[in-house]
Amino acid sequence: MMAYNLPYLAVVALVIIGLYALLFRRNLIKMVIGITLIESGVNLFLITLGFRKDSVAPIYTGAPSSKSVMSLPVPQALTLTSIVIGVAVLALMLTLVIHLYRHYGTLDSGKIGGEK
Amino acid sequence: MFSNRDLFGALFLSVVAGFLIFSIFTIHPFGFPNTPEMDDYIINNCQEETGANNGVTSVVFDYRGMDTLGEATVLFTAVAAVVMLLRRVKKND
Amino acid sequence: MTEMSKIVKTITNIAFPFVLIYGLYVISHGHLTPGGGFQGGAVVASGLAMILVAYGSNWAIKKVKEKDLSIFESLGAIGFISLAILGLIFGSVFFKNFLTGKEILFGKIPEFGSTIANINTAGVIPWMNFAVGLKVIAGLFAIVLVMAYGTRHLKGGA
Repeated sequence: MMAYNLPYLAVVALVIIGLYALLFRRNLIKMVIGITLIESGVNLFLITLGFRKDSVAPIYTGAPSSKSVMSLPVPQALTLTSIVIGVAVLALMLTLVIHLYRHYGTLDSGKIGGEK
Repeated sequence: MFSNRDLFGALFLSVVAGFLIFSIFTIHPFGFPNTPEMDDYIINNCQEETGANNGVTSVVFDYRGMDTLGEATVLFTAVAAVVMLLRRVKKND
Repeated sequence: MTEMSKIVKTITNIAFPFVLIYGLYVISHGHLTPGGGFQGGAVVASGLAMILVAYGSNWAIKKVKEKDLSIFESLGAIGFISLAILGLIFGSVFFKNFLTGKEILFGKIPEFGSTIANINTAGVIPWMNFAVGLKVIAGLFAIVLVMAYGTRHLKGGA
């Protein structure tokens, strides 16, 4: 029973490592990588909700037979949307990092801000 | 020797990790989804209602087209914001 | 960024047409095999980013400005939303698939079960795949281009 839940273990490991990188590191690029790791963990969780035992992809071109068991198509469609939104958020975060580096000259989050 | 911020971070991380590891034991087993009735209807009827051989594309563009419209809007807004933030201003001096 | 050596430029010249053809194949066969507008658009945008890295941004700034790419992206977005409004005019619901069963292009309906792939099917979905693919190609390449231009003269950088 425990060995069959292995994908959920991978999701929990990704989220914990991403949260650790976001909380305990002070370089700005490492914080951005931590946010991306949490996003990858959530996408993996959304896909593993849609699997049936001994199933094939929900595509009729070249399917093994007309009565084969297929996996659920709706979680795959929602994961597609989530990946594209993750790319958009990553592009905006990196643009803000470029502006911060131009203004302050350093990438350390302990030395920016604090002006009166 | 650890600062206050590190202690609060470790406490928060251990609470979240404990909650996530507890949820591994109580979620449904991998490979047996709970309610597959909507997806069974989509698999059985997607070829005569939309005419596509691909179930995932017919869900993305026909059965749930509004989500794709929202996603295209988010992508357009992000690209417009990035191009506007990194434009080149001419110096007048 | 500066340009790369002669070996990298030669390999990029050889590999770019294959990447372009594969990306357009994934976009246009979205209703038969796994793929579609978003996936194929990401493949073609990766091929264009390979060209930008191999030839340097000093060469690219003479060829492409970013206001040429915004025309392509707006065309893709307007095409996608006008297909949805045409579904409201010819059908009765927003986003209705009004081309299945008709005799115009992309109108046939396949029979149930595992069939051979026929590209003449699936109604309004291939048109939507082309519109979204154009939008994603122009959008992702514009992001990479603008970031390459913006980091040319940073303090302490190359």
